[in-house]
Amino acid sequence: MGKGKRKVPGLNQSSTADISFILLIFFLVTTSMDTDTGLPRRLPEWDPNVEEQELTIKERNVMTVKVNMNNEILVKNGKMNRVIDISELKDIAKEFIANPNDDVNLPAIEPYDIEGYGTVNTTIKHVIALDTDLSANYSVYFKVQHELSLAYTELRDAWARRYLGKPLSECDPKTEEPIARAVYASKISETNPKEYGTEQ
Amino acid sequence: MPELNTSSLPDLIFTVLFFFMMVTSMRDITPLVDVKTPTGGSEIVKLEKKSLVSHIYIGPPAKQFRAVMGSADRIQLNEVITDQPEAVREFVIAERESMFEKDKPLMKMSLKVDKNSKMKMLQAVKLELRKAKALNIVYSAGQEKPKN
Repeated sequence: MGKGKRKVPGLNQSSTADISFILLIFFLVTTSMDTDTGLPRRLPEWDPNVEEQELTIKERNVMTVKVNMNNEILVKNGKMNRVIDISELKDIAKEFIANPNDDVNLPAIEPYDIEGYGTVNTTIKHVIALDTDLSANYSVYFKVQHELSLAYTELRDAWARRYLGKPLSECDPKTEEPIARAVYASKISETNPKEYGTEQ
Repeated sequence: MPELNTSSLPDLIFTVLFFFMMVTSMRDITPLVDVKTPTGGSEIVKLEKKSLVSHIYIGPPAKQFRAVMGSADRIQLNEVITDQPEAVREFVIAERESMFEKDKPLMKMSLKVDKNSKMKMLQAVKLELRKAKALNIVYSAGQEKPKN
């Protein structure tokens, strides 16, 4: 028998498939595929002294969205005061925020300086007051938040298309998007400002 | 009948295994409260960077705890179930401690709230989050299925 000519016996690999199958099943069981999605918001800073400030806001600048214990949505602004369906909320909010016809009952349009862009005419002093009953349903509250957020996004998109010549989704997230964001700055405030304040 | 050559089967399975290892993530906690999050449309965004996100679950206790705890909304923080919103503050502090210094201001709280729960618990939790200076929140929600 010549040295170095001995054949190395092959390892029996027929069970490798089974081993990797077991690994595969282990990973299938212990992991989850779902990526987390949601509606991002920023809570207002907590300031225990805020109750001493009395906020004086002109009536035309305020829109109250109230969710009562029966999960009905009541909207009150300078033009209307009634129970609405959730599907109406977005358009009502958009009309209130932008005041396209310069209605005297809707928020005043004022010149406002935006850093890095210039002066724009916008309803910078408007406030949407969200008043939710503590026994109201979360799903209704969430839908209200979602529709209001959508109203702002659509207004910003329309503004970006008109003045920057492109939709919001194509704007530079570092330079152009903050401008569109500042033109229609989100002013959703939860009533009882001491406890809940203004979300952005 | 000729035998089928299965020598490449392990490689095949390994490929599938690696695929799953990459696209999935470890299931972090066992749910003690029943949470079905609401769904929304185009305002729903994906949460990037899982390491920045902490979860707070609010909902009725899971079935096996109903006999003891009733069905009123509870808060789940990691593996602990509580009805005290004040516990959220300690949870935030602990979560913040476990993060890298540069990531601390970027911390996000994902609020997984059951869609049929009442607003009371959520508002109390939000107040505690503000006191703990954890201001970036996400109302966790799924993407609505497009209507055909």
